[in-house]
Amino acid sequence: MERHDIVIIGGGPAGLAAAIAARKEGIKDILILERDRKLGGILNQCIHNGFGLHTFKEELTGPEYAGRFIEEAKKEDIPYRLSTMVIEITPDREITYVNREEGLVTIKAGAVILAMGCRERPRGALNIPGMRPAGVYTAGTAQRLTNIEGKCVGREVVILGSGDIGLIMARRMTLEGAKVKAVAELMPYSGGLKRNIVQCLDDYGIPLKLSHTVVDIEGKERVTGVTIAEVGPDRKPIPGTEEHFECDTLLLSCGLIPENELSRSAGIEMNAVTSGPCVNDRLETSLMGVYACGNVLHVHDLVDYVSEEAALAGRNAAKFVMEEAQANQTASGDEIKIIARDGVRYTVPQILSPSQMNDKVVVRFRVADVYKNKAVCVYYGNERVQRIKKKVLAPGEMEQVIIMKKTLEGVNPDSITVCLEEQ
Amino acid sequence: MNMDVLVIGGGVIGCSILRELSRYDLRCVLVEKEEDVCSGTSKANSAIVHAGFDAKPGSLKAKMNVRGNEMMGKIAEDLDVDFKRNGSLVLLFDEADRPALNDLYEKGIANGVKDLRIVERDELKKLEPNISDRVVAALYAPTGGIICPFMLTVANAENAAANGAEFIFNKEITGIERVSDGEHAHHYKVTTKDKDVIEAKYVVNAAGVYADKIHNMVSDRKLHITPRAGEYELLDKEAGGMVKRTIFQLPSKMGKGILVTPTIHGNLLLGPTATDQDDKEGTGTTAVGLETVRDKSALSIKNIPYGKVITAFSGLRAHEDGGDFILGETEEGSGFFDAAGIESPGLTSAPAIGEYIAMLVAERAGAKKKENFIEKRNGIPHVAKLSKEERAALIKERPDYGVMVCRCEEISEGEIVDAIRRTPGARSLDGVKRRVRQGMGRCQAGFCTPRTMEILSREAGIPMEKICKNRKGSELLKEGY
Amino acid sequence: METKEMICIGCPLGCPLNVTINEMNEAGIEVSGNTCPNGHTYAVNEVLHPERIITSTVPVTGSSDVRVAVKTAHSVPKGKIFECMDEIHRASVKAPVHIGDVVIKNIAGTGVDIIATSDAL
Repeated sequence: MERHDIVIIGGGPAGLAAAIAARKEGIKDILILERDRKLGGILNQCIHNGFGLHTFKEELTGPEYAGRFIEEAKKEDIPYRLSTMVIEITPDREITYVNREEGLVTIKAGAVILAMGCRERPRGALNIPGMRPAGVYTAGTAQRLTNIEGKCVGREVVILGSGDIGLIMARRMTLEGAKVKAVAELMPYSGGLKRNIVQCLDDYGIPLKLSHTVVDIEGKERVTGVTIAEVGPDRKPIPGTEEHFECDTLLLSCGLIPENELSRSAGIEMNAVTSGPCVNDRLETSLMGVYACGNVLHVHDLVDYVSEEAALAGRNAAKFVMEEAQANQTASGDEIKIIARDGVRYTVPQILSPSQMNDKVVVRFRVADVYKNKAVCVYYGNERVQRIKKKVLAPGEMEQVIIMKKTLEGVNPDSITVCLEEQ
Repeated sequence: MNMDVLVIGGGVIGCSILRELSRYDLRCVLVEKEEDVCSGTSKANSAIVHAGFDAKPGSLKAKMNVRGNEMMGKIAEDLDVDFKRNGSLVLLFDEADRPALNDLYEKGIANGVKDLRIVERDELKKLEPNISDRVVAALYAPTGGIICPFMLTVANAENAAANGAEFIFNKEITGIERVSDGEHAHHYKVTTKDKDVIEAKYVVNAAGVYADKIHNMVSDRKLHITPRAGEYELLDKEAGGMVKRTIFQLPSKMGKGILVTPTIHGNLLLGPTATDQDDKEGTGTTAVGLETVRDKSALSIKNIPYGKVITAFSGLRAHEDGGDFILGETEEGSGFFDAAGIESPGLTSAPAIGEYIAMLVAERAGAKKKENFIEKRNGIPHVAKLSKEERAALIKERPDYGVMVCRCEEISEGEIVDAIRRTPGARSLDGVKRRVRQGMGRCQAGFCTPRTMEILSREAGIPMEKICKNRKGSELLKEGY
Repeated sequence: METKEMICIGCPLGCPLNVTINEMNEAGIEVSGNTCPNGHTYAVNEVLHPERIITSTVPVTGSSDVRVAVKTAHSVPKGKIFECMDEIHRASVKAPVHIGDVVIKNIAGTGVDIIATSDAL
């Protein structure tokens, strides 16, 4: 059986950054498996600007950001296989994939990095009643057809959900000549970045209707219209507030879900809030030697953070492989649970091992609602060790706290808690 | 075009009849108003094979149901269709209603349903651990089953085609005229909306919710069909294991209540509601309907994970005023045969109706059975179900089985190509979906739509802008900006 | 004097800015709420001459790709966006195209070029 030190599943931004970081740690034998015809993942269709401000200190488009990593991966001579779909990962790190040229192949990996990304929440999951005509697209599918294939998905558009892809597509379709009539958002706040509301909606006079949802889809063959209604605090439509829009297209931008079929079938422990694997501070899943990063772990707003997180996974996977070579690999015995509470929905990682942790661990999290003038607090056991004031916190924007190794020395708390408190 | 038999309607009934007709030395054609078979009631129903305890003893529904159930095992094997006898349970919630449960048992016995018995709460809990605590007993029918209605329809169509039957799609029939061929002979001249004419000696009406319209074109004994909408919710395969059997509630006046069943592909299906309406095209779901599905299904099964719903749909049952199936010649010697009013248990009855109507037509035509009838049909291989060795061998032979297009259901390009190249082949996105389940998984075609469109465009020679979700008018793209 | 509230679009932080316009020139505009100098620059520009980067695609021949992604090399006046789009819609390129290649020179008389942001080989 073919064997590689590190096998990375997914050649998008996470997989590429992980591969490059592992190579820089000295791992020669790396293989990336990518199901698309190109490296770069979803960034290839994200042709808008706004990427890379953290990583490269300049504003790039998606393909340009991906291009930098692809170029580096090629310079590092990291092997990859395209149009290749992984169909199974086993707990002992055997990976089976299929493609046109090789057929079905099973390989063995010293370490595995999961970087499969995420998918969009479909209409069915949103429970929208009505007909099932053509013209109902998730925003990402419409984005692919528009940007990669150069096709026109619709001329008169209503968008449900104010996730970033929906906002970006509102502008994109407007520029291509479509009329975007409204963006409806079920929640009383937007799911996307504020800058995208300004430059994608406000710039083009597209109304954002917060606390609104689609209550009916019309059209037997193609969408002919949708009805939007206001929702109450229980998120149920308020009778009498219905407003009809004639349109031929409904785009859905109602959230992303990490794509973890492979992780689940491998028996990896999952987190119910993130829909991604549970990981420790090394981004290692419940399967030893299997790491996760990027949107398969938890959905990010910024690719810069994906790259950063993936590089960490790449370095740790490299370390694991090298330690395995020296046969001194040990399961860490000193695990501290990180608890998310009081407005903090989840954290990544969920577990920290003081004996093996880096000097500095970034703990990323999302909040449950829009909060104003709160403090993000970190507790070691019952002792509060950090209190960071925040003017605004919103579910659409990922937050982070930093845990320094030296602050844990001699404390040995049984748990670490991240929570929100009044200022 | 001159044919012996013209079958109107490419649903499971029309296709089953056509397949059975193709056993005989008859030139048969099936005319369908949509772009593909399985485009009406057959594509949106409970996908179950009823045991047969529900219909009134002596009725056609009872006879066809029990016969259809008996035939299904062989049909499924011959036509390579997934089918499983998972058994069904009718739940009793209130001791006061026990007489109704006993009646159902007696009806089942009268109809000839095998192995029926009543199970009490303790045994029931062992059979179905997630069953509601309110349930006191149930009627258990081990012969109940689940099947893929798309596959059954397509398989019948493909096998009929292999045996010489022809298909015409996108033709809506607007007129049927009885033309005299002398004193004791006549044939039918069938006109389509776009003014095409097809002539046939015999006509079979399997037009689903439109069967009354078709029937009334030739007969003075008018039929009236009410489309009875049934809304459903389909849950992710993660929820498929909630129940093993098909779980009914004791029937009420408006149908069989809400069922909870695993599907043959491992999803969980909830529904249907029952709402009479006028619109024969009204297949929209409603907020009220979907809420009813949830509320009522929750009575049967505890903790259904409604967050795992992947799609909702509505199907129309063709309910005729008389309440029974209408099977047979309109009047002695007319040569016009009805298979009308086919509501539940229509899917189960399809093989029996096919057999019965084909026999009547063959008798009337004096047709003989062919000697070279091809009994078996091989399905499109589902690569994800094969062993690794088989899969590797298959990809070696046909590399496009190694190119994965639909990640949720693990469907390869090769399977999609097969769906398009077979006869009758898929010509729309829904046609592909119904044949190989591309886009039926949890992402509901978000990922694979653009890729499937490309394959459809290439294989069927349809420009991307003309590719439809289903019938004409459902183009997925607009002409360039 | 006029006051305006703005959201800075300079980076994903999206700082809420308070802008006081005393006079329509750089010195006459006061900005608060920004967490970096870019916020100040953005607010002043937004008041005096708002500009945006435009991104789109153009068809490409001779490649396995059918479209090449493009952008304005710098921001262009907001009022010129649709004029630029008209020109982009009329453009096409031949492979090979590399990231950074100029696709349209001086689009809509803005002095800004349209450049490729994806490769088509």
